[in-house]
Amino acid sequence: MTEPRLLQGNEACAEGALAAGLSFYAGYPITPSTEITELLSRKLPMLGGKFIQMEDELASMAAVIGASLTGAKAMTATSGPGFTLKQENIGFAAMAEVPCVIVDVQRLGPSTGVATAPAQGDVMQARWGTHGDHPIIVYSPATVKECYTLTMRAFNMAERFRVPVIMLMDEVVGHMRERVELPEIDQTTIINRPTPSVEPHRYKAYQDTETHVPPMACFGDGYRYHVTGLIHDENGFATENPEIVGRQLQRLHNKINHHRSEIVDWESLNTDDAEVILVTFGGTARAATKAMRLARQEGMKVGIFRPISIWPFPEEQLNLLADKKVKLVVPEMNFGQLVHEIERIVRGRCPVYPVNQVNGELIKPDYILNKVREVY
Amino acid sequence: MLPEIEQYFRIEKLPHMWCPGCGNGIILHSLINAISALGLNQDQTTIVSGIGCASRAAGYLDFDTLHTTHGRALAFATGIKLAKPALNVFVLMGDGDCTAIGGNHFIHAARRNINLTAIVFNNNIYGMTGGQYSPMTPHNKRATTASFGNIDRPFDLAELAKGAGATYVARATTYHTKLLTNLIMEGYKNKGFSVVEVITACPTAYGRYNKLGSPADMLKAQRENTVNVKSMLANGGTVPAGKIPIGELYRAEEPEYIEEYRKLVEALQMKGGK
Repeated sequence: MTEPRLLQGNEACAEGALAAGLSFYAGYPITPSTEITELLSRKLPMLGGKFIQMEDELASMAAVIGASLTGAKAMTATSGPGFTLKQENIGFAAMAEVPCVIVDVQRLGPSTGVATAPAQGDVMQARWGTHGDHPIIVYSPATVKECYTLTMRAFNMAERFRVPVIMLMDEVVGHMRERVELPEIDQTTIINRPTPSVEPHRYKAYQDTETHVPPMACFGDGYRYHVTGLIHDENGFATENPEIVGRQLQRLHNKINHHRSEIVDWESLNTDDAEVILVTFGGTARAATKAMRLARQEGMKVGIFRPISIWPFPEEQLNLLADKKVKLVVPEMNFGQLVHEIERIVRGRCPVYPVNQVNGELIKPDYILNKVREVY
Repeated sequence: MLPEIEQYFRIEKLPHMWCPGCGNGIILHSLINAISALGLNQDQTTIVSGIGCASRAAGYLDFDTLHTTHGRALAFATGIKLAKPALNVFVLMGDGDCTAIGGNHFIHAARRNINLTAIVFNNNIYGMTGGQYSPMTPHNKRATTASFGNIDRPFDLAELAKGAGATYVARATTYHTKLLTNLIMEGYKNKGFSVVEVITACPTAYGRYNKLGSPADMLKAQRENTVNVKSMLANGGTVPAGKIPIGELYRAEEPEYIEEYRKLVEALQMKGGK
């Protein structure tokens, strides 16, 4: 562990990216993610990396993909409205299998909404924001330290599986300051994309492999391959052949679905004897933890299940809890988004109670506790 | 195909998918002649394109090639060039791709004066989607979405590029292929953002709708409607009414983005990163 520091969530996210090997950042300022862009504008040039403030969010996402194709570890950060603008090119990154990290520090929407108000309304945008069926990995931190460690992990997963990975933060964790001891950077924990070992003329940029992840050559390294957002064959060229189209899209899903155990992450607290379990993520998990403590003081057996990977959701782990016939209470700073995924997973085996607050204020422990008392 | 240019093509991807009479193949030929004459390393050269007829060009060329999203080619190219400045980056776009959906990226690439060579295939129409008007469809001309004549005013791409800060601006046609090759070479040599507009014919979607005759007629019109700025200067320096100037239109010395970034990093290192 390093010396304790007083660090903001956004700063920790930027530091985590650097620790993971970030060498390229393109962004466009938007509250409440701006500190990430500002910090990296100072740090990256000094560390030999590249920083550019692009003309808009679309361009930022495009530049990130271009940079990643040359071998850079690349990231952009934004908030809801900017996240929406990035979606077109996030889809491109998914289709062309270009590793990159997109941070969305959520703010209250819809539209321009309330710029500095906490909210968790982008759960579904993170999953389905781009058109078409595509796999995605989304992590959601609840603490400043986790902003650091999860951003590192986001890079690792992006490189490992050649996918865009989304860090779904919220204003609470993004702007909160905490005393943190960051883990020492251990280079052995850094994952780099698989690179080709064949001679350039034998290289097939989108060939299926055992792990479903094709090796990725850098532009400029002599492999001379084609990259497109069109559905393509194993050489990267557009095709409408139904067999190839189906196989390529299936592979995109397989590379995530077949490796869920490496990607999925969660935390549970006091679930063994719990009769009510708060299923909670991001900044809301902090209020839920306090609510759990207060409930325990009142003699109610309450636990916490916190998905850290929102997509894919820690389904198997939730299934175990659902089988125990507990009551699930799902607090969210939205009108109900993650709750639908939870209802889908538990399939009526146990009751699911949403607790929603969308007023620009962070959800408070009492508000959650009241719901626990009501359903207990 | 001529053996000296064959090595730059993905022969197995030919024949191309462009319509008979389309000028895009002529532009590709000039581009490859320029790359060949410049002696650029094939492994160190990247072709980036957007979406549309012109942008399919990337797939036919044997380099690292990137076919991006509609209008975003210059933004992708900016990421490539900044991340790996050693790469030679050519950006191929259509007029709709570059000036409508990509208009913002175009003016900002020019403002930054980043060392990219943009080649804009100007056929005055959206070809791939079947002939809708673009920001470069002339006033009163017809398109499938301007059946009664286009009421929009078109961009002058060269003036737009110059106004936004590009440091090399040139124009040719698919009739003037040698000029085009030379302009692409000069654009590449310019350290900064270079724009080469190529007037090309789309007989299928634009010519037919506007009764411009056969592909050969459209090519002849390119000869007749243009005037070379060099000869124009020799004759007193005014563009005759109704003629389009071709050749090198503008050149300037301005700070280039990658160079400025390098200087910034060097200055920071001199100060010990403080």
